[in-house]
This record gives sequence, structure tokens and C-alpha cells, in this order.
Amino acid sequence: MNKRIVVERLTHNYDTRCALDNINFNVASGEVFCLLGPNGSGKTTLFKILSTCISPTSGNVKILGFDLSTEKRAIRKVIGVVFQNPGLDTKLTVNENLRHQGHLYGLNGQKLNNRILELLDRFEIADRKNDIVETLSGGLKRRVDLAKALLHKPNVLILDEPSTGLDIGVRNQLSQHLKELATQENIPILLTTHLLDEAEGCNRVGILDKGRLVAIGTPNQLKSEISGDVVIIESEACETLRNAIQDRYHVQVDVADNNLRIETANAHEFVREVVTAYPTMIKAARFGKPTLADVFIKMTGKTFD
Amino acid sequence: MLSVWLPIKTIWWREIIRFVRQRSRLLSAFAQPLIFWILIGSGLSASFKPPSTSFENSSYEQAYTEYFYPGIVVLVLLFTAIFATISVVNERREGFLQNVLVAPVPRWSIVLGQTLGGITLALLQGVLLLGIAPLIGIKVGLISLLTTCGVMILIAFGLTNLGLLIAWRMDSTQGFHAIMNLILIPIWLLSGAFFPLAGVPNWLAWVMKLNPVTYGLAAFRHSLYLDAHITFDELPTMTISIIVCSVFSLLTYTGAVFTASTQQI
Repeated sequence: MNKRIVVERLTHNYDTRCALDNINFNVASGEVFCLLGPNGSGKTTLFKILSTCISPTSGNVKILGFDLSTEKRAIRKVIGVVFQNPGLDTKLTVNENLRHQGHLYGLNGQKLNNRILELLDRFEIADRKNDIVETLSGGLKRRVDLAKALLHKPNVLILDEPSTGLDIGVRNQLSQHLKELATQENIPILLTTHLLDEAEGCNRVGILDKGRLVAIGTPNQLKSEISGDVVIIESEACETLRNAIQDRYHVQVDVADNNLRIETANAHEFVREVVTAYPTMIKAARFGKPTLADVFIKMTGKTFD
Repeated sequence: MLSVWLPIKTIWWREIIRFVRQRSRLLSAFAQPLIFWILIGSGLSASFKPPSTSFENSSYEQAYTEYFYPGIVVLVLLFTAIFATISVVNERREGFLQNVLVAPVPRWSIVLGQTLGGITLALLQGVLLLGIAPLIGIKVGLISLLTTCGVMILIAFGLTNLGLLIAWRMDSTQGFHAIMNLILIPIWLLSGAFFPLAGVPNWLAWVMKLNPVTYGLAAFRHSLYLDAHITFDELPTMTISIIVCSVFSLLTYTGAVFTASTQQI
């Protein structure tokens, strides 16, 4: 595998609090890699380290072979970064924002103009070129932000919660765009998210919890770690019901947030039997194919919020 | 060379565009000092004892509005510097400046671009304000005008960098406002802008003598009256004033670059 981002034994502490604990993963060209985790899981810290904003406490990070601790300047030349809050000057026009960015990367004149036009076309914002950024919608701002990050033809793209503030339609579009970009330009893309559906759309997912990378793989690989279907039973007497089900069916029952969670091969049969056996103790029951949320529960023992 | 100057130029240019598109900034940086001048200048005129100045070996008496006028110009320079640097506080944590900071641009050039932006804006407003000088009886000829502009650039350089030095450390604009009221306004008040050094208690005289803005204002007064041949015997000389201002500018710039380089985003 062609590893363009390599992270080894990465640890970061804020004073005494450990934000990242021995993180190891890598990202290859052409793939969209997603760091999935709830708020406070450490994904923004990891993003800040990879985008050269902060230096890690210990561990190795290499981007395109450049060492993050000694070759920050070289890394800055080759990465494109999209922050959680659009990094646009709202008082400038779309075009002015892009020109400013181009100048920072040493682009100028006709070369810069052509590149701007190319990106405005790609993101379908050419008609808003001369609009002041504060008049644009959240989705359009995000597109300008992306165009800005791609202006210098980065070899690596790093995004922090790029779908923040976007509705589901725009989010899906963005997801699609990133995938196309990764394959067309053959660059690695790394993004962070706390949205399960966004992670489902990525090539590979790393699940972060409390600063630890608890699972890593393609969405299907991760989900296949769960055997069969997942049954969720809502109950007000969780403990009693759990003991009863465990004794009777000899299955593993997890409890999280007043829900019982059972992995089983024949979910429809199982649900019918349980509902018939304990009608008064069950508020609701459902089953389905495992999702990344189930993977998260399995790995961490708690629901994904 | 191009690769260094292009980012500086573009950062400078953004400061100018932002200023042009935010009309309220012109109002707060320019109109507020002007109102101070009219109100306080008129109010204190009767009780003001002018410092000793001489004109062709005879004494020359300034009215308070005239004495206060250079102070107001420096206040405009100070306010411009503050407003030009306050955006750093917000944009560093979330927004535009983050992208600038992860670009392959050395921090000293980011600071220099911001400083040049602040200087340009300060100079434009300063020159605009110089238009009032003839109305209160100050003759400003070409030599005066050019020297005054040079001095204003020097003062603005120091003040903008002082603003940047503070802004790059701040996490909130509230914090910046607190520093502004606690440090920036007092250094202006105690620079001889508001009242002369002569006649103040000894401890206050020392504070004023240690205040770098005192020297900026002295240089400004000297240069403003160059063509009128009026000299200020009690003020630090032009040479000393320029040296102090230059050292102050250099120190604040170095400090701002150091802060910008070491602060994490």
C-alpha cells in the first residue's frame, strides 16, 4: 500500500490530561480516511497535529515522507487544510479570498487566475465569484473553503468536521466530491467527523474514543465484526430483562442507555420469542443490519453521542 | 524574493480592503478622537497653563485646543492600530488567520504584512487630520508635512506592533479590551498628549519620561512646527525622540514576531 500519511505511537497531552494515547494508522493515496468519534474523543487534536497547528507530545508523523517535527515548512507546502469554521474573510469577495490564498502559496498572475477559474467551475460557484462572502449560504461557503484549500494543488487534503452546519443533501454532495477528488487527483484525504452516515461513505474509518483508536478498517470490515443482526430492546427493567434473556437463550446481552443490545443470527425469530415471553417488560424492540453505531457500542460499551 | 513579498503584499492589501468595507471603523478610529478634541479642548481651555515654547527667542503661547491637537492625532494612530490588530484575536482561533498560519509563510512576514496595513491606515487618517492644522493657526509647509508623515509612520509602526504583540496572546476580544483600557489608553494619556510634563508631581514625571509614546509625541510636535520655527524647550529633542521611537518599534516588532511564532493555533 502506498502510505502517504503515517502516524506512529502518537501521544498528546494538554497539561496533565491525555488527549491522544498511542495512535497508529496510515492513509494511502486515493483513499478517503475518516476519523470518527464523539465530541471530546481527540479528533480535533489529531487534526491540529496533522495540519501543523500544534506539535505532539511524542510519536512520529510523516506526511509524504516529511517528518512533522522537523520539516513543518515542507509539509505546509504540500497539504491543503480545511478548518471546522470556514477560513474565509467574510468582508472579501469569493475571488479576493481565493487570490489571497494563492498569493500565500506563491501563485500569481495568469497562472493563479486560471487556477481560480478552474476551481470555481469545478465547485459550480463561478457565478458567485464577485459576491462578498458574508452573503453566501453555509453550503456555498464550504465550497469556497474547499476550493481555497485545493488552490495550490495539495498532495494531501486534511479536513476537520467539514460537514459542520451543512444539511444532509449538501453533506452527501460533499462526500461524493471528496471521493471523486481522492481518486481523480490520486491524493489521500483525511477528515474528522462525529456523523455516522458521513463515516459510512468513506473508504476507511478509524474510531476514536477518549483519545484511543479503538477500531480501524473499511465500514464493511468493521461491521462484519458483528455476527448477524443487531437486536435493540427498550425496557424500563433492563437488568431483570437482561438476566432473564441471558439465562434463557444463552446469548451475550449488552446494556447501554436503557437499551438491551443483542447480536444474533436469526433476529426476526428471536424478537418474536422475546416479545411473547416478556410482554410487560418491553417498551419497544427492533432489529437490523449492524451499523457503525453498533460497532462503536461493541468497542466502547457505550452509545455514540 | 517574490515568494516573500507576495504574502506580505497580500496580507497588507487585505487590511486595507477590510477597512474600506467596514465604514464603522473609520467612524470609531477617526470621529471619536475628533469629538474628544472638540469637547475636552473647549472645556479645558480656560484652566490650561501652556508649557514654555519659544518663537524666534520670544515666548509663544498655545491655546489648549492647539496643545491638545497633536495628542489627538496620536490618539487616531493608536485607535487605528488597535482596530487593525483586534481582528487577530478572533481570526487566530477560528477563521481566516488559521489558514494563513498553516500556509508555508514565515511568521515574520505575516506580522510585517499586518503592520504595514496598520501603518497605511494610520497614515491616511493622520494626513486627513493634518488638514485641520491650518484652521487652528498651525502653518504646515512641505518640510513639516513630510517630516510629520515620517514621524507618524514611526509612531504607527510601534503602536501597531504593540497591538499585535498583545492581540497574538489574547484568547478573547474582551481580554483585548481590558488591556486596551489598562495599558494602551494610559500610555496615551501619560505621553504629554493631554497635559504637559511641566508641573506634574515627580513620580508622574518619571512615568511620563519612561513612556515611549512621550517621545513619539515629542517628535510629532517638533516636526509639526518645523516650518513655523517654534521650538519646545521642555520636550526631549528631535534626535532623542526619533531614537527612542525607533528602538521601541524594533522591540515591539521583534516581540510580535516572537509571539506569533510561538503561539499555538
